[in-house]
Amino acid sequence: MAQDRPSASELLLAIADLLREEVTSVLDRVEPRLGFQMRVAANSLAILERETRLGPDADARELARLKALLGRDGTLADLNRELARQLRAGDRDERDSALMAHLEATIADKIAIANPRWR
Amino acid sequence: MTVHTPTEAEQVAAALAAACGRHFGGPAIIESLGRESGGASRQTWSFDAVAEGRRHELILRRDPPVKERGERERSAALDRSTEFHVLRAAHAAGVRAPEVLFELAAEDGIGEGFVMQRIDGIAIARKLLRDPPYEGARGKITGQLGEILARLHATPLGTLPPLHRREAADQIASLRHTLDSMGCAQPVFELALSWLDRRKPVPSERPVLVHGDYRTGNYLADDSGVTAILDWEGAHLGDPVEDLGWLCVKSWRFGAVDRPAGGFGSREELWAAYERAGGTRVDPARAHWWEVFGTVRWGIICHTQAWKHLSGAQKSMELASIGRRAVETEVDLLQLLKQAA
Repeated sequence: MAQDRPSASELLLAIADLLREEVTSVLDRVEPRLGFQMRVAANSLAILERETRLGPDADARELARLKALLGRDGTLADLNRELARQLRAGDRDERDSALMAHLEATIADKIAIANPRWR
Repeated sequence: MTVHTPTEAEQVAAALAAACGRHFGGPAIIESLGRESGGASRQTWSFDAVAEGRRHELILRRDPPVKERGERERSAALDRSTEFHVLRAAHAAGVRAPEVLFELAAEDGIGEGFVMQRIDGIAIARKLLRDPPYEGARGKITGQLGEILARLHATPLGTLPPLHRREAADQIASLRHTLDSMGCAQPVFELALSWLDRRKPVPSERPVLVHGDYRTGNYLADDSGVTAILDWEGAHLGDPVEDLGWLCVKSWRFGAVDRPAGGFGSREELWAAYERAGGTRVDPARAHWWEVFGTVRWGIICHTQAWKHLSGAQKSMELASIGRRAVETEVDLLQLLKQAA
């Protein structure tokens, strides 16, 4: 059964806003160390909010690309382990354009969740 | 009747009074004692010692006593006594670093550690890069960092305590080992490590003292620029270019991405200042190699920080959250490898 609104994303955003806009400034005055921790926590909630919205599609795209690249079936964890093994062994390297396209797309999806402002 | 159990601060104050009394040759009063940043296992305390009518502004670096064996994490970081002797040698060689005064004795009962002079300045990158009081300093920091580093690398090896030699190949092996021990499959880091492995520089004929964590955030600066180099626990013997590459890793620009030298200047300005102060001529390809290496290294450190929390060794939301910063270095690595192609 579907949960009522707010959605997970909406609720996470509301909590992150409260912590960032109201709680941190109070903590900064009383206990600066906790003020800093609260900023980190609010930032982590913002990551979770983006992951809730963007994560499932990003994972599905990564899995589809890995299957095509490696020519076999498996879970995301299995296929990433196999790709990591091949890269350490030197079976593939940066001259492989299909590999690089896959990694570029994967990292673009990851940074869009973890820190979209990174450049 | 209640028995007063001394707090951690009271224990530290009592031990410092005894230790400072020995060092300054007379009774010492400890004032303004406060804990600075740092984790549970490696602490930094700030305090004043008043002895023989003089006030000394000091810093204590200490590892609290370990109750159980195996509690302390296995790491390549220096112990406090070795750090003390490295600092002493670097300071004597003219490096802008805090002057160390004395080591704690076992009978002080508060673990291993040492006391050094407190130096003015802040280490907070965000403020140094953007706040008005540091406007004049910002134009000087790149040159100062190059100059100080040349002096650091010239520290006479005979004055140093025994240190590990860590060349490029050792460091690649160590990062691969770290990835394996956490059991995380990391295609971008594997790609970059193999790229590095195929191009690794030949070990320098003459290894030097390498700071190991020479970057913005790890030095103090005031309105005149850099006042002291801190965080020496990664010191080792190796390739001097390692420190130059690490300083230019994009994560240490704290958003000032167009100024590679720690967020303050260009690589070329840094290298010129380094060479003017007597540093060996910098090979740009070698510096690029160490910058790529530093980027992988920081990415894997992000995972090891998170792993401290995930493995239960040190529960901390802050450490856990650093795990999600690793991908920043993956973005940077893909850019760096593309530029190199």
